Amino acid sequence: MSEPAPENWAPEEATAWSILDGIMDPEIPVLGITDLGIVRYVRRTAPGAVQIGLAPTYSGCPATDVIRNSVRSSVAATGLAVTVVEVLSPPWSSDWISARGRARLESFGIAPPAGPVSSPRAILGAERIRCPRCTSERTERISEFASTPCKALYRCTDCREPFEYFKCI
Amino acid sequence: MSAAAQPVPPATITIGRDATPLLRYVLRLGDTSLILGQRLGEWVGHAPAIEEDMALANLALDCVGQARLLLSYATEIDGRGFTEDDLAFRRDEGDIFNLLLAEQANGDFGRTIVRQFLLDSYFIELFGGLAHSKDARLAAIGAKSEKELRYHLRYSENWLTRLGDGTDESHARVQKSLDELWRFTAEFWVKDEVDTALVAQGIAPDATALEAPFRRRVAQCLSTATLRQPADAPIALSGRTGRHTEPFGRLLAEMQFMQRAYPGAQW
Repeated sequence: MSEPAPENWAPEEATAWSILDGIMDPEIPVLGITDLGIVRYVRRTAPGAVQIGLAPTYSGCPATDVIRNSVRSSVAATGLAVTVVEVLSPPWSSDWISARGRARLESFGIAPPAGPVSSPRAILGAERIRCPRCTSERTERISEFASTPCKALYRCTDCREPFEYFKCI
Repeated sequence: MSAAAQPVPPATITIGRDATPLLRYVLRLGDTSLILGQRLGEWVGHAPAIEEDMALANLALDCVGQARLLLSYATEIDGRGFTEDDLAFRRDEGDIFNLLLAEQANGDFGRTIVRQFLLDSYFIELFGGLAHSKDARLAAIGAKSEKELRYHLRYSENWLTRLGDGTDESHARVQKSLDELWRFTAEFWVKDEVDTALVAQGIAPDATALEAPFRRRVAQCLSTATLRQPADAPIALSGRTGRHTEPFGRLLAEMQFMQRAYPGAQW
């Protein structure tokens, strides 16, 4: 996907992006939806009108509807006419989480995805996960699934604390 | 409810009979995900440990999400203005087209794991094949679902191994469930006019091409789990044509109760 660089944005697109930057994931409130990589594009479709493409993380993630509604209402509040389109292809990948997003996840106590999805370690689930509390790599998986579909449950064998890990997908 | 003034929608709709092959195919896929999601959801609050409770709920969530993608596509093909909820809650048994294995009762945790493992092993090939569909929407849904399926399969494979290669009790129980459920896998490979038409158009993967990798994976995992693969047997019923097994009625009654009792209810 080749999106125009910020200097080539139409004013409507720049306005929409600045609003989108401030919208947080409802389940991980430190993580902006632009950090998460789910905003696939913003396009000016007519003067004063934008179309926004959003990629759902997991098919069944309940946050998707909440995010779509808050995108629609927040952007509309600036006076722009807004339509939101669901973008399924290519499917969302944890590789699209920004460096800032990864740092924010870790500081919030959630270990970020261990590496690119294409790495064999990630596929086999053999990643080394660093504890977000004490940075030890001596950690073990408790459960493949945790409080949301995107996370697994781990524990650190050094500091003994449990923590969540954002899975590679 | 103060719905007296509102028109009450007809309780039952029919969508799949006499429909185009594409619509019937999409309903088969969507209904299988929906019904499996409903079964998995029955575990919430009842699983043997909190981690498994969450895991089964997460699998259910993915299944229902996949069902939403597929059934909303079905409503668009149908074009009469129904919603995905109409399809889930207002169709009768003969108009729901899931694979029979998905509707089989949960039983004990091991039986649910056997059902999940067999379906995951099939879905990973099916969705992988769909990712190359000439129908762009199905290709997108297939590619997305396949990624989620990798985690499902890892989970069910792992538990099947632990239970099969576990205690005498756990081994005996999962072997019994496997013996009972294996016959439903025959339905994966049955081809009718819907499949033939869509395979010819490059929309659906050919079931024959999915069978060999499915069997390889299953044989390998069963061997690790020290389980015996039951003999193949033909299957007479077909959920994909709307003819279901006995446990289905109860599932449907629970899933549809609210909309049947209070048509059009919203909250």
